[in-house]
Amino acid sequence: MEFFADYFREMYDNTGWNFVFLYEQYEYDRVLEGMWVSIKLIVASLIFSLVVGFVGAWAQGANSKIVRNVIAGYIQVFRNTPPFVQILFFYFVIGNLLPTYDAGGYQAGYIDSFGWAVISLGFFAGSFNVEIFRSGIEAVPESTCEAAEALGYSRLMSYVHVIFPLAFRVCLPALNNNLVNLLKTTTLAYGIAVPEMMYTANQIWSDNVNVPEMMLFLFFFYVGLVAILVYGMHKWEIKMKIPGYG
Amino acid sequence: MSDTDSNGGTGWTPDQPMVSIKDVHKSFGELEVLKGISMDIMKGECICIIGPSGSGKSTLIRCVNALNDIQQGSILVEGLEVNDPDLNKLELRKKVGMVFQQYNLFPHKTAIQNIMMAPMHVLKKEKNEVEALARELVKKVRLEGKENSYPGELSGGQQQRVAIARSLAMTPDVMLFDEVTAALDPETVKEVLTTIQDLAEEGMTCILVTHEMGFAREVANHIYFTDRGVIVEHGTPSTFFDEAKDPRTQEFLSQIL
Ligand SMILES: Nc1ncnc2c1ncn2[C@@H]1O[C@H](COP(=O)(O)OP(=O)(O)O)[C@@H](O)[C@H]1O
Ligand SMILES: [Mg+2]
Repeated sequence: MEFFADYFREMYDNTGWNFVFLYEQYEYDRVLEGMWVSIKLIVASLIFSLVVGFVGAWAQGANSKIVRNVIAGYIQVFRNTPPFVQILFFYFVIGNLLPTYDAGGYQAGYIDSFGWAVISLGFFAGSFNVEIFRSGIEAVPESTCEAAEALGYSRLMSYVHVIFPLAFRVCLPALNNNLVNLLKTTTLAYGIAVPEMMYTANQIWSDNVNVPEMMLFLFFFYVGLVAILVYGMHKWEIKMKIPGYG
Repeated sequence: MSDTDSNGGTGWTPDQPMVSIKDVHKSFGELEVLKGISMDIMKGECICIIGPSGSGKSTLIRCVNALNDIQQGSILVEGLEVNDPDLNKLELRKKVGMVFQQYNLFPHKTAIQNIMMAPMHVLKKEKNEVEALARELVKKVRLEGKENSYPGELSGGQQQRVAIARSLAMTPDVMLFDEVTAALDPETVKEVLTTIQDLAEEGMTCILVTHEMGFAREVANHIYFTDRGVIVEHGTPSTFFDEAKDPRTQEFLSQIL
């Protein structure tokens, strides 16, 4: 490990390339922490966006016109406004409207910036997921739903056990795209000071004036994460492939 | 299921028709498809409905388990009124099983899972109990060895027998079959018909829409001939096939036999 650090310290002395986080413990810990927060943020927003998509696609088929209109309105708003504006809106507007508590001298909200990032990113990507799932649901034959109905399935039960599992397989490629997009969009959380990787990199280059090096690192970090996500989705797709179907 | 707990408080007793259809009218928009259909099916009877395409046969049996609603008339299933806005559909569907022309299996589940799903999800039965029942049904429809195949890996006839087993797993009192052999190869028609015949002989109440005249003659207790939304003629197989009076029936039979 010593050798590794020395190598990059020497590289800085000889070439001016300053990968400070590879030879200084303090910066190394900061990067590790930033990466960890990013991963937590990505996983949480991904899951939340899938839940929003699952529930929203279900509600879109509701009998109540009001429910359907609410979902349609939600989709319009979140698809057609910048996600960065959405994050700021959630954090500064909605966050301020909610009750606060005394956190030793200052007022703090019950939801921190990380929480707001998950909520706003989840709703942002969720609005696309609703549409994606709906396109999948439309591909499920009416006759399959009728078979479930004839067996006594309620609308919700047939959605959970029959319609959604089939729809999900159909729309995996589109879902894949949207989730990759969401992964990259999580960097916007830096706007509300969530200490994720983008934010941490910014802090490090402010202290060390090594913007190109940190930028290079960010590219590698996100390319790596996207590769892992795409690989995982691909494996999942293979695992869910139905023998003799489609 | 004993008769005391199957009447569900409707006062139905086994000496009354299990399915009683009275003056049923059904329209899709302007198009009146059923124009006053009546028939009674007793417990343990097997009846066949035949008639030209478009005469409303599918619509009629879909009305029996409330997949279609009706505008006028009454359908009683073990005393349960189907034409009632407050109908408990779950109660009805526990009594009535249905098999479709296109099988409509759940493609993402194996044969045995298809059979087990509804009893577990709808009736909330224990997995072990359901699995034992499902294995029995697999044997009954002669599909041993195919338990873990997906529908896409089975022939039409095999899929249709899974579909029959899937319906039977809900322990219905009446089975509806809508042209269940119409999409099958001639060689596989027989294996499905044999399965239905076994069922009928065990005393299952069956309502079949079919064009298999040999089967109707041999298995049915009663045959109904429908055309353009009305029952033109009905009778026991021997009177129906040998003494058909209505020219429409005679013409249909001459074409099909
Ligand atoms: N969902 C529907 N909407 C409108 N018309 C329908 C619908 N289902 C059936 N029909 C019409 O009702 C008539 C009877 O159809 P069907 O009951 O399927 O006849 P059969 O099973 O005897 O061939 C046909 O003219 C058909 O076009
Ligand atoms: Mg039909």
